[in-house]
Amino acid sequence: MADVAALGTVGGAMLAGSLRVSTPFLFVSIGECLTEKSGRINLGNEGVLVLGAMVAYATSYETGSPWSGVLAAAAAGLVLGGLHGAVCSLARVNDVAMGIAIMLAGTGIAFFFGKPYIQPSAPLLPGIPLAWWSQSAQLRNALLVCPLFFLGIAAAVAMHWFFRATRMGLRIRIVGDSQDAALALGLPIDRTRFLATAAGSALAGIGGAFLSLYYPGSWNEGLSSGQGLMAVALVVFARWNPINCIYASLLFGAAGALGPSLQTVGVTWGYYLFYAAPYVVTLIVLIISARGGGSLRGMPGQLSIGR
Amino acid sequence: MSEATAIAASSPARPAGGDTTYKFRRLLEALLAPLLALLAAVILFSIFLLALGQSPADFVDLVWTGAFGSWFSWRNTLQRAAPLLLTSLCVALPGQLGLVVIGGEAAVVLGGLAATIAALPLVHTNPLLVWTVMAIAGAGMGALWIGLTGFLRARLAVNEVIASLVLAYIGIAVFNHLVEGVFRDPASLNKPSTYGIGDANMLGNVPWFDVHPGIPVGVIACVLCWVLIYRTSIGFAGRVTGGNIRAAQLQGLPVPRLIVMACALGGACAGLAGTIEVAAELGRANASLAAGYGYTGILIAFLARFNPLAIMPMAVLLGGLGAAGGLLQRRMGLPDATVQVLQGMIFVSILASDTIYGRIRWFQPRGSG
Repeated sequence: MADVAALGTVGGAMLAGSLRVSTPFLFVSIGECLTEKSGRINLGNEGVLVLGAMVAYATSYETGSPWSGVLAAAAAGLVLGGLHGAVCSLARVNDVAMGIAIMLAGTGIAFFFGKPYIQPSAPLLPGIPLAWWSQSAQLRNALLVCPLFFLGIAAAVAMHWFFRATRMGLRIRIVGDSQDAALALGLPIDRTRFLATAAGSALAGIGGAFLSLYYPGSWNEGLSSGQGLMAVALVVFARWNPINCIYASLLFGAAGALGPSLQTVGVTWGYYLFYAAPYVVTLIVLIISARGGGSLRGMPGQLSIGR
Repeated sequence: MSEATAIAASSPARPAGGDTTYKFRRLLEALLAPLLALLAAVILFSIFLLALGQSPADFVDLVWTGAFGSWFSWRNTLQRAAPLLLTSLCVALPGQLGLVVIGGEAAVVLGGLAATIAALPLVHTNPLLVWTVMAIAGAGMGALWIGLTGFLRARLAVNEVIASLVLAYIGIAVFNHLVEGVFRDPASLNKPSTYGIGDANMLGNVPWFDVHPGIPVGVIACVLCWVLIYRTSIGFAGRVTGGNIRAAQLQGLPVPRLIVMACALGGACAGLAGTIEVAAELGRANASLAAGYGYTGILIAFLARFNPLAIMPMAVLLGGLGAAGGLLQRRMGLPDATVQVLQGMIFVSILASDTIYGRIRWFQPRGSG
């Protein structure tokens, strides 16, 4: 009986933890998905995430409104992603290396301007109490969900529809899948990729805003644990499908929450290994699908990492 | 090498006779493009400083003093450059074969950990034995980890960028698991660490020159890799693979084996970087090993266009910027991230300068007729 109760506790804690930490994964991964669908990879979203977190916190502190912080974070992402998109449009510039440069530049700028905001406390985003009906404080706490989570799911669903049913979405897919087809159709390849990169990074910036304005809910230099880079693996795992990005984010979030939840019932072993579990699964997915011959199903044909 | 000359001589793309200064002009192009980009980054950064009401002249002066102004600052610069030499090779060697391997960070931490674990039973023996065993264990572990990326690429056609990134996360998780678990020294409370290798086994500075021990190792590794790439038939085969993989396969070159070898050799270098960090700086394996050397190494390798000799000045330049950080903070009241902002601007600018290669007619080979 005790085991079942413990299992319930772990499951509940994982669900709660997953709901809490998956939002930044979700935003960065759908942003990365948008960029990669246009045929370009952006490893710089790690820098965008950190810069977004800093800008959101600073704006919320200065204006007193956390939602303007979220907007400012998206704008910061738009600018940094735009830089990546613009430079990568030049011939012979490697998008993988450029992404790492943007990652370092973004974190550098965030740490530079963020120094004065480490101490003060800014107004944070309010949570939505999904368990208002419950008497249990634990459950209420677990189901207090950030509005950005729902926004992220809405954005993922909207992006899925955008790719499937709109002219613009089809154009992005063509540019990402076949440069020759795009040229033949007279589509503006560089401009499409530039816009997709900038918009993708704006989404990643919102993911950063979640980190500083909701959970953990403060600004410091160790805020991001690499969610921006991980998003690249996550998008592979989700097979470049925005809806799958939702599941993948929840799974990656749950894997991260498994260690701490096991600690609540006294299991302290394997914290980091559980954390790494989704990466092992991603690697297995990569190996299996590569064996099937050539590139992954769903992978945009012009993606530099696909060639 | 003779076959290289033969192929090059018979190739119609190569200008016959006449154009005697092409080699010189090509070198000039390779030097001028990054220098101009560096200048552009410095100008951009000066504008950034002016906007903040700081003097760029003071900044340059302080960076010079802090990085290269005295023997003390030189030592500090070289200490930071040493691991970068080796982690850059981890990207440059596979880079010569056309692969982008970005997982060097895991090879550094796992190499450092393997070296420490191998040293632990031997701490009371001879330091020379300890260092040898550490070097073999560290380099071997690094070779294994990055070699795995190469194997996945060569045999299973898994993309190396994603594979190395994912393997980096797995490697760092394994590292944390072991350091905070089995190999943890219970005395390390705030910062989980392994047991130490002992003061007697710490690598001191190089006698006579008084520089960080990683410098001679890194320089020798860079020179050896240069010889391997540009002066041996294996290196030539690797460069053919990097230039055109189809052509290499048609020639019957052992492409998969070359890929695994290049990755393993690069990984061994990164593992050695971790080993030296443990033996010369930390004395034990802990989270300080994951200091981002792997990521900076990626960029240095790209800035050096995968040429091991060009890695050396680039690593010293970036090590110097890092070394000047403390002085900037004390004298100008700038946050320590200032250096990171400048580094970011330099990286973006030099990587963007890749686009001007081949655009300027004067630098291009001239036909004789």
